[in-house]
Amino acid sequence: MAKINSLEELRKIRSDAKEAMTARSGNAKVRVFASMGTVGIAGGAREALKALINELEKRNFHDVEIIEGGSMGLDREEPIIRVLRDGFETTYGKVTPDMARQIVAQHIINGQMISEWVIARNEK
Amino acid sequence: MKELSLNILDILENSIHAKANNVWLFIEEYTDKKDLFSFTVKDDGKGMDETFLASVFDPFTTTSTTKSVGLGLPLLKGEAEMSGGGAKIQSEVGKGTIVSFWFQHSHWDRPPLGDIAGTVLMMFLIHSSVSFTFKHQVNENSFLVSTTQLLDIFEGVPLSNPKVISGIQSYISSSIQDLYGGKHG
Repeated sequence: MAKINSLEELRKIRSDAKEAMTARSGNAKVRVFASMGTVGIAGGAREALKALINELEKRNFHDVEIIEGGSMGLDREEPIIRVLRDGFETTYGKVTPDMARQIVAQHIINGQMISEWVIARNEK
Repeated sequence: MKELSLNILDILENSIHAKANNVWLFIEEYTDKKDLFSFTVKDDGKGMDETFLASVFDPFTTTSTTKSVGLGLPLLKGEAEMSGGGAKIQSEVGKGTIVSFWFQHSHWDRPPLGDIAGTVLMMFLIHSSVSFTFKHQVNENSFLVSTTQLLDIFEGVPLSNPKVISGIQSYISSSIQDLYGGKHG
């Protein structure tokens, strides 16, 4: 994305984003739950989440909502990212920036979960 | 944690856990004869009573129910004191909490600030229901960004929208870079 230096330039993004949002009907197709506990932060949660949003932007995928997830009490698996798609909630553990980018490409956009990184999966 | 911006993110998360509606982060850097690096996190969350406040810098104090050791604040206080600085926490039940850390800016032992833009971005990305204000001062230059300001610009579009949040990221990064006169210091 082009470098943004002012609030005016930031304002210009709004109409694009609004258009992409109204193009979809009802709720977003994919919901991503992210949390920021002490252990997650020390383990790279911020970097993983930055990689995730930058990959979504790069691939121009907007049918997604990012929501505060709350801690799961699974400290040794942090950073954790949960993906809700097609009626299933899939939990990924020890997510690195590289993994986050692949989760975007394969699971969030294409619906193919990456089994080897999954630590839990529930029907929702 | 190897950079102060991660400690700051952790302290901001404490404010979120304390159910704050408003959270402020102020960073001040003076490389002139004041030689000071300081940051303050202020919130209007539930606050702490005197007993808990007195134990905040004890490594075995934590509000976590899943682990028994906190360590974040005591370690950071140690680093501040080794860098010619210190730490202070004021809190009142029902009113909120103010956490401040300061360091000698030029001190060898002061950890680098690191990716503060990334830390600020997390507040807008996952805690956009909390009103957050960030002000960063570097000598005579300053930058301010707030949830109120951004929600006003993006009226009706969530800040977590990938296009929007990437734009915000770019805006915050370039504004902070400008504070250091274009190059990151």
